[in-house]
Amino acid sequence: MRLSFESINKNLVIKLDGELDHHTAEEIRDEIDREIDHYGAKNIIFDLSGMNFMDSSGIGVVIGRYKKVSKLGGEVAVVNINHRIERIFKMSGLFNIVKRFDNKKQAIDSL
Amino acid sequence: MQNHMRLEFLSKSQNEAFARVVVASFASQLDPTIEELADVKTAVSEAVTNAIIHGYEDMIGTVIIECTIQDNEIEIIVIDHGKGIENVEEARQPLYTSKPELERSGMGFTVMETFMDEVEVESQKGAGTKIRMVKRFESR
Repeated sequence: MRLSFESINKNLVIKLDGELDHHTAEEIRDEIDREIDHYGAKNIIFDLSGMNFMDSSGIGVVIGRYKKVSKLGGEVAVVNINHRIERIFKMSGLFNIVKRFDNKKQAIDSL
Repeated sequence: MQNHMRLEFLSKSQNEAFARVVVASFASQLDPTIEELADVKTAVSEAVTNAIIHGYEDMIGTVIIECTIQDNEIEIIVIDHGKGIENVEEARQPLYTSKPELERSGMGFTVMETFMDEVEVESQKGAGTKIRMVKRFESR
């Protein structure tokens, strides 16, 4: 799993490329948290355009980051989600806490 | 068609990706759709992850996967000889997790049940867990 970060105003865009399972979740969790702190990001936007697999371990990663940023009034959004990953998001009720936009620009304009 | 395979590997998290790719590769002889194959991959990933983090916890043990193809269906059995599940019914509930501190969502069994046609769990405390799943490929 490859991560790339882009800070736009108070938003941190996190692009996840590859497969998100229990193994890769363990690898990326701390790195994401460090980058959120480093950039002083308020909101985070997960760009899932390059994510080709996710199981329920990914749900934990999203909820964990939501807990972190929501403490300081921040929000979590996802963009470019494919329909498989959308199914897992829906199943677990993640869209109750995570906003969904078609693309990065929309997310940044709306958050 | 009838075919069978058995796979055995250490309960290391690196093997989660390996296991789901091997099973998907074996299942592909049934000519499934991409969607059906993704269902199988996701369910196997959940079952193997359960074996690794709940069955064996911090120990390293052996995870066994047996797959049988019969007509248009595949049966996938994931076995660990770890600590077992005390209350299977409770473990299968959506959002139930014994490890919230690890950011586990408790959705593993729900995902397996959603993506597979049958899911059965047999477990004995101290002896291990066996998850049996069946997927029927309708596309053929």
